[in-house]
Amino acid sequence: MAITDPPKIVTARMGHADSHTLERYLATGGYDGLRVALAKTPEAVAAEVDAASLLGRGGAGFPAGRKWSMLRKNPVTYLVVNGDESEPATFKDHLLVERDPHQLIEGVVIAAYALQVTRVFIFLRGEFALGLERVQAALNDAYAHGAVGRDIFGSGFSVDVVVHPGAGAYICGEETALLESLEGKRGFPRIKPPFFPAAIGLYGDPTVVNNVETMSNLPWIMINGGAAFAALGAGRSTGTRLFALAGHVNNPGVFELEMVKTTFNDLINAPVLGGGIPHGRGLKAFIPGGVSAPWFGPDQIDLPLGQDEVAEAGSMLGSGSVVVMDDRTCAVRAAWRITKFFSRESCGQCTPCREGSGWLERIMERIERGEGREEDLDLLLDACDNISPGVAWPPQQTTICVLGPSIPSSISSAITMFRDEFLVHIKEGGCPYE
Amino acid sequence: MSERTPIAPPRRASLAPAAPTHLNADILARARQLISLYPEPRSALIPLCHLAQEQDGWLTPEAMVDVAGLLGVTPSEVLGTASFYDMLHTEPVGRHVVAVCTNIACLFGGAAELLEHAEGSLGIGAGGTTADGAITLEEAECLADCDRAPCVQVNHRYVGAQTPESFDQLIADLRSGARDGDIPPHGTLIRVRRTTGIEAEPAAVAEERRVAAEARAAREATATTDGGGA
Repeated sequence: MAITDPPKIVTARMGHADSHTLERYLATGGYDGLRVALAKTPEAVAAEVDAASLLGRGGAGFPAGRKWSMLRKNPVTYLVVNGDESEPATFKDHLLVERDPHQLIEGVVIAAYALQVTRVFIFLRGEFALGLERVQAALNDAYAHGAVGRDIFGSGFSVDVVVHPGAGAYICGEETALLESLEGKRGFPRIKPPFFPAAIGLYGDPTVVNNVETMSNLPWIMINGGAAFAALGAGRSTGTRLFALAGHVNNPGVFELEMVKTTFNDLINAPVLGGGIPHGRGLKAFIPGGVSAPWFGPDQIDLPLGQDEVAEAGSMLGSGSVVVMDDRTCAVRAAWRITKFFSRESCGQCTPCREGSGWLERIMERIERGEGREEDLDLLLDACDNISPGVAWPPQQTTICVLGPSIPSSISSAITMFRDEFLVHIKEGGCPYE
Repeated sequence: MSERTPIAPPRRASLAPAAPTHLNADILARARQLISLYPEPRSALIPLCHLAQEQDGWLTPEAMVDVAGLLGVTPSEVLGTASFYDMLHTEPVGRHVVAVCTNIACLFGGAAELLEHAEGSLGIGAGGTTADGAITLEEAECLADCDRAPCVQVNHRYVGAQTPESFDQLIADLRSGARDGDIPPHGTLIRVRRTTGIEAEPAAVAEERRVAAEARAAREATATTDGGGA
């Protein structure tokens, strides 16, 4: 494995301080992809995205082209862009909305044209105050430029794009909770079936929900073709992808890498990427795809950054966030903090998730404080089993949405990999790392 | 937090929405523009709550009554939605809401120690507001700025990774007004107005909704003849 040098598909402008402006965007090929798209039929645009085999970049990894094909038979649909990036340690969409809002808007208009949708909502998490301002300013400029609105570039196609601020709730990243929120309600996920957005989405109408990064890939695909995109990566994981690297590394950040060709080892240790672990410490564990994902140990560091490769190894590439733990990290404390997050963010609809996350958090906290009991380990796993029977991966689900089955991942990983550490906390009455 | 503010407004004799009495003319004009962007008025509920917070710094009971009237829903429906969301404050907060993320990446970057320092130097616990009303301190979940850990936001503006020393300077600057240029008061979320775009014409939206309803009815009829199921 090696670090390849693929084209920068979504981060080409990041070196420019004014990457968010229309002037810079137009000077660097901006809105050319939209012109290419408008010269084709909507079907041909969708076929190009199909040819790219673009997997959704939000976390679930569903093929974007297939998502669209489920919609095209219905007369009125909505396109909703999911920019509610809240999975802990995921910060790639943050970069895209703040630093290249026109690229997002261009992708959105291309998708709207392919779907023949006349109304698009870009849902951005409310904490992205600067991102909300940047996208709104870019939209104002894009309308004035003729790239959004009526009769775009004289093509006869019209679409209205609205920026919608969220108000602080992790669960709204779940697409049906996002739609509820967009309807002005509490962010309660809808039960599926029947409420698959493609069938019964916003206001009960067929709706496509796509992630910010997914949309941002479309201008490049229009200019260079789906085949060129599909030629990058390997297997089902085509193109490049943004990886958000955080935790114990010398150079945390967002890196655009070719799928599959690069490994976790490259990402964490290569001098041009993560730059290794600070203070010469060793690697204890890493989380490969957001805190919902089971952890990996040092023996899995040579796995490639590919969706299927990571799934086969027992976890997920998820949201593209990689968290590194050095050998001085307390596994109990790390798992406790993740559990506390889920407990706080559970929407409260389903008992296993609402009650289970609270129980787990309190037990984890008492172990970390040195007040745990030896039987707590079995109790933890038993509670995990009530939320997700079997505590396996991929997880079983007892709840309306996947937040519930995401809760056990960190606890079961920590207990499986670092059982001794739990026992030391319990027997010695405290955290050995403090 | 000081004593609780009563949430429920007095019950009106009529359920018909009352004319707004609390939100000012500028906020009302922007609220009506926002409502026009959505096929269903209620979709503007959260954006309108943000606007109300821009006026008052928090979501007051009076503002919720106005928002309800603008949207044709009840005040309790506004509260029912608003109370779900961390950013909508149904009790007063300070002029600056300082959020310290302590989630996993920030935890590894010293966030727990930073929060402890902040609580000590401000003399309040997380969730509390200083006696002068200047600062509300929050323990936040991930704010998606994990390469600058520990991440701190003031009124949802990123201020970069903080050390205990830089945090104290930040608080001093907030109190003195030195950061007023780049950090607006709490509640002001989006300072860029929508200046252009297709204003949704009521007739066009009604037609769009009529077509959608017809299509939905047709799908449901098909589903029924098929024996149901998706």
